[in-house]
Amino acid sequence: MLPTVLRGVRPIPTALASRRPLARFTPHMDPDRSRPVESSIRTKLTEGLQPDHLEVHNESHMHAVPAGSESHFRVLVVSSRFEGLPLIQRHRLVNEALKEELSSSVHALAIQVKTPAQWGGRTTLEKSPPCMGGSRGDPTVEEKLRAGRE
Amino acid sequence: MNTFLRATARCLRTGAAAQLPRRTDGSSARFLCAAADFQKDLGEMVKKDKVVVFMKGTPAQPMCGFSNAVVQILRMHGVDDYAAYNVLEDSELREGVKLFSNWPTIPQVYLSGEFVGGCDILLQMHQNGDLVEELKKLGISSALLTAEKEESK
Repeated sequence: MLPTVLRGVRPIPTALASRRPLARFTPHMDPDRSRPVESSIRTKLTEGLQPDHLEVHNESHMHAVPAGSESHFRVLVVSSRFEGLPLIQRHRLVNEALKEELSSSVHALAIQVKTPAQWGGRTTLEKSPPCMGGSRGDPTVEEKLRAGRE
Repeated sequence: MNTFLRATARCLRTGAAAQLPRRTDGSSARFLCAAADFQKDLGEMVKKDKVVVFMKGTPAQPMCGFSNAVVQILRMHGVDDYAAYNVLEDSELREGVKLFSNWPTIPQVYLSGEFVGGCDILLQMHQNGDLVEELKKLGISSALLTAEKEESK
């Protein structure tokens, strides 16, 4: 199955796509330069976990941070790399792949991890709980927002 | 008891900070020792109670939606007696627990001294019945189990 990783990219014939290594799609080639953190997350998860299906959602607008922030994300990763692994190990793989982002600009990361069999081909995104404003005035979050802008 | 532990952790932190002149005479070694002590304290904190949560805010007043979700899930299972540490009150705790658990985000849940995960994992455990089982192993009978038994009578 063609991984649904890239958005906004000119559609390419499936036959060609399956022969192109995903490593070609490095962040600086991503057409969406206005979302560098999101791009970086996509790249790292693609390279690190070879997902069958990947969704990266910027949920920063649901939180007490300025418009256009890239601080709060939700990811859905479907990968056979998760076979036989308990939930916590699966999450640790995701955390490891996104170590850099999590230590710099990403403040919150909601993770859903499934094997291809568990996913079954349908997106079932959990809904993030409503924000309770904790990010407002939080110096740690402000540092991360600055890192994201740089 | 929990207040005592937190106060102790805070006292140790204050004590350590007082030993930190900015010199190259082994003060960094003392700082590392203080950090190691804090990690040791965390080791004790997570074992002290059956259910331990590091969160933003308090169970009565959570300051983050994900932390609140953990509180609500525990409440649904009738778990009201647990240790909750507010990382917003203590930046050393906030960073220390991330290092201790090797986990980048808050909230963090420990059951019987073992790190279980954050909000997503607890939610999934709640949905698939694993949380009821894990609480049972701790000698805690989930309120949801009791409610089910009542309904089936």
